[in-house]
Amino acid sequence: MNNSTHQTSTGNGLLVAAITALFLLAWGTSFTALAAKADYLPKQKMRIPKDNQLTPERIELGKALFFDPRLSDSNRMSCASCHNPSLYWTDGLRKGVGKGSQTLKRATPTLVNVGYSRRLFWDGRAKGLEAQALVPLKSTIEMNQNIAELIRELSAIPGYVELFAKAYPDEGITELTIAKALASFERSIVSPYDSPFDRWVAGDDKALSAAAKRGFDLFDGKARCSVCHSGQNFTDNSFHNIGLNNDDDIGRYEFIKVQVLKGAFKTPTLRDITRTAPYMHNGEYQTLDQVIDHYVKGGVDKSNLSPDMKPVKLSRQEQADLLEFLQSLTDEPQPVTVPVLPN
Amino acid sequence: MNKFVTAFIVMITLLVTVSGSAMALAKDITVNQQNKTFLMDNVKVEAITVNQGDTIHFMNNDPWFHNIFSLSDLKTFDLGSYPQGESRPVTFDKKGVVEIECAIHPNMHLEVTVK
Repeated sequence: MNNSTHQTSTGNGLLVAAITALFLLAWGTSFTALAAKADYLPKQKMRIPKDNQLTPERIELGKALFFDPRLSDSNRMSCASCHNPSLYWTDGLRKGVGKGSQTLKRATPTLVNVGYSRRLFWDGRAKGLEAQALVPLKSTIEMNQNIAELIRELSAIPGYVELFAKAYPDEGITELTIAKALASFERSIVSPYDSPFDRWVAGDDKALSAAAKRGFDLFDGKARCSVCHSGQNFTDNSFHNIGLNNDDDIGRYEFIKVQVLKGAFKTPTLRDITRTAPYMHNGEYQTLDQVIDHYVKGGVDKSNLSPDMKPVKLSRQEQADLLEFLQSLTDEPQPVTVPVLPN
Repeated sequence: MNKFVTAFIVMITLLVTVSGSAMALAKDITVNQQNKTFLMDNVKVEAITVNQGDTIHFMNNDPWFHNIFSLSDLKTFDLGSYPQGESRPVTFDKKGVVEIECAIHPNMHLEVTVK
């Protein structure tokens, strides 16, 4: 045998193997998943303030208040007017509707799993559900209620006096207990976490179609959706400018003057996303196809774009797979019994 | 003349020693941004104490951008957005408390006490 030929063949083989290995490593690394499947398991513990631990009485009181139009000055608007349980706790409109049917600045967000959020509103200006609850109540363009007057009204309704006494004994009917009760009810609005995606993550390999599985790989890999839409509720609860046509809405920058926050809004959840159109803080997109197209382009108004936003090359098939994955995040409808209000 | 030279040499030596000591006292500290958390030596931190003159290097270890800032009266700064692998320094030159956050990820919060 010719030793030098043998050594050359072996050397060539090793070189080919090394190049192949390097190629595979680069290929795999470039689309490395940002998160593991297990990151989407519903393991997160909801943070609840010590002075407002959840009890059935508090949820019952909060539910009554939530559905009670007497909480508005007109006696015609309740929290449920915009956060309608029949429409997945939103209103199906491009922008919210306030007092006198006026159009509001931004879309109504869903309340599904809102108890896991620490910063509320699209711009995150309220810290905690208790801080948020009274803002629409008092807002002159929404429920326009005078709180002192509301307290007098509620105190004159024996049913409410009893509910408050059971839920917050010795605390009375106050601005604080009204807020705490509403927050308690909102904390009870949670997904069953039994969507096809959830069943797949829990181990049922047949729960997702092949297309949806490919869509998940894109979501967590090349398309980089999970950079912001992370965790069990598919939101990082953080603030990004994703290049929407914001008009003059500067988002979180109104409250924190740091350049990156100009036009930055909170990442919404993707749970039940097929049921909560229109999409974005301004309700700009009516379909998920339009949303995906927005990300393929890498945004529209790029004047202060988040550096994490980059165009994503997705073929038509990949876009269809991604859509099918998003569709797998919707739970079966959860009927809600509407309370009989106290008198 | 010799006395002056000697005194001069002693003075220079003292100056170098003192300044050298001062430089040796000012530390460089690394705080990592990882999993949308501030970490020091792989442990989550929410409050740390540093000495006046110390520099904290904010290193981004996450596969997405962070944007560290402070609007505290004592020390106001915006490090801007920077990617994984990059680090930006902040020197704490006045005593007091500085509240630091990531603008993008508001759960990332660090209180720095400068003494």
